[in-house]
Amino acid sequence: MKPDSLKSRIIPVLTILVVILAVWYVAAYFMNAPFQRDLDRRANVTSTTMEFIGKTMAQPKPILPAPHQVVSNVFENTFLRSVTSNRSLVYHAWVTLSSTVVGFTMGTLTGILIAVGIVHLKALDRSLMPWIIASQTVPILAVAPMVIVVLGAINVTGLVPKALISTYLSFFPVAVGMVKGLRSPEIIQLDLMRTYYASGNQTFWKLRVPASIPFLFTSMKVAIAASLVGAIVGELPTGAVAGIGSKLLAGAYYSQTIDIWAALIAGSVLAAALVAIVGIIAKIVDRSMGGRPA
Amino acid sequence: MTVALRSWQGAMALLLCLAALASLPLMAVDAPSPFGAGALAVIFLLVAGAALVSFTRLSQPLLAAVLFLTTHLAVWLLLAGIAGNEGKATLAFFLMIAACWLIAWRCVTVLSGIRAKSKTGDTFLRLLIPAIFGAWILILWEAATRGAGIPFILLPPPSSIGARLVSSVPILWADVQQTIFKAVLFGYVVGCASGFVVAILADRIAFLRRGLLPIGNLMSALPIIGVAPIMVMWFGFDWHSKAAVVIIMTFFPMLVNTVAGLGASGAMERDLMRSYASDYWQTLIKLRLPAAMPFIFNALKINSTLALIGAIVAEFFGTPIVGMGFRISTEIGRMNVDMVWAEIAVAALVGSVFYGVVALGERATTFWHPSNRGG
Repeated sequence: MKPDSLKSRIIPVLTILVVILAVWYVAAYFMNAPFQRDLDRRANVTSTTMEFIGKTMAQPKPILPAPHQVVSNVFENTFLRSVTSNRSLVYHAWVTLSSTVVGFTMGTLTGILIAVGIVHLKALDRSLMPWIIASQTVPILAVAPMVIVVLGAINVTGLVPKALISTYLSFFPVAVGMVKGLRSPEIIQLDLMRTYYASGNQTFWKLRVPASIPFLFTSMKVAIAASLVGAIVGELPTGAVAGIGSKLLAGAYYSQTIDIWAALIAGSVLAAALVAIVGIIAKIVDRSMGGRPA
Repeated sequence: MTVALRSWQGAMALLLCLAALASLPLMAVDAPSPFGAGALAVIFLLVAGAALVSFTRLSQPLLAAVLFLTTHLAVWLLLAGIAGNEGKATLAFFLMIAACWLIAWRCVTVLSGIRAKSKTGDTFLRLLIPAIFGAWILILWEAATRGAGIPFILLPPPSSIGARLVSSVPILWADVQQTIFKAVLFGYVVGCASGFVVAILADRIAFLRRGLLPIGNLMSALPIIGVAPIMVMWFGFDWHSKAAVVIIMTFFPMLVNTVAGLGASGAMERDLMRSYASDYWQTLIKLRLPAAMPFIFNALKINSTLALIGAIVAEFFGTPIVGMGFRISTEIGRMNVDMVWAEIAVAALVGSVFYGVVALGERATTFWHPSNRGG
């Protein structure tokens, strides 16, 4: 049963991916063809159809790079360059990753603290909670350039401002998820704790906290993706020093389309890896707490 | 002891008042226009009086009203006193602000304990309590920036942001038109609609669903915002490129949520539809789409924020000389921090209104859902 279901899951995904790839190649041909025709006319070259197609896939600054160009760029900049090189994707990914992780950690801790406060203080619940929810509707990322520049004006540069943006983006999901989680025990379970004559502290540590763990990890997955986006956007106004965001910006300035796509791929791999790591930790914690696979 | 416990905020406020008295004056000695003796006496009487009142056993609404009025009058006097004395506030000034804040906290605690009898009263309370909290953030911000003389570039006081907002309405309105009415609305409608259509297709063709869903789920975690520079290259500097970013960002949440929603109707209801001999489209329109509405509106809400973020961040990569993202990135370069804050305030307002409209639409369409029935 199991290998079969695995097969029935993977084949459709692969098919879609192949279709996307095919569409990408066709689109690359059509988007790059006008410029290539122009080049050929100026150079007075007449090429056969196959040659022409090959040329549209090999421009140095194409409008839409062909997938193999992007892949070779990613491969070259990931494995063939020294890690400290300014052109190495590993280096840029590391810069972004470090501020993402710092911001995510601070954001998660803040979110948990706020959630504990909200669950315990009714005044805080009624006054702060509406603002937390309302702030979700606000385009927070718009603040990013200001945070960077203002902190830069008082000589706080580098990792901290970016991490602050990530913190800001990641604490909301965690706070909201934790409040939901800490309140998830049902009345019947709370009643049981009362019949055990459990103190408020004991109820909190033995019932509410364990009940909130699944909620915590679900919101942490959202939060880590958000902090990565925060770190990338935070790198945009720093004058393109280092990081995936600066790589995007530099690519946009110099029309290095292949570099932009490579940076995008690097960011996506990073995001998928981070979410997967949180997912694995969630599974380990769940198992060690006695959770059974559903 | 029990009396003090009834309002620890009041007790703390009294202590702070005493400490402030010991460290008078409120403004540094060389301040151009220090507090008059009369104003000083009024402030201390108001705060100490409110602190004492908070120990009494007045009825809760009355107590809350008294605390609310006294503390905000005192704070208003304190803030009005900064005018002309920027950056000259002493420790005593901030102690008094803190005392006022504690009393406001007491007031909110009392308000939170009130059980409103009528529905309008309940709504009023639910709006008033967060409003006090928000107002106090502004008050503390104003007191800190102007009282302690924090450099304008670092953090402008809310009052000057407000003044800037009012004085540059035409510019802000032009930015809103460019970013919201052109890029965001167009991209949002097209992105959500195409996500919806593809979701219906995926619902009809199981193969497509099994292929698209994992990809859609993965895409929601990726930093899609990074396509912004590519879109700017393809579609030019004007709003079309921003709309394209918005379309891509809103497509996947809509797809994933709609597919999940279409599976939300129960097997029993579907059997009933089959016993009515209703075909696929009838079942879809009469049963499954209404059942999917909570999910679809969830996606619409998520997308309302994503669309704003997408359009604003895409403008960082190049725009004509108008637009919210453009304004933010250029004004910060010119160190006009108050303009940036005004733009952010507008963005926040637009975001909330956008979300509110979607939420109203949800109320109207999913009135049957347990979370909307109340009671």
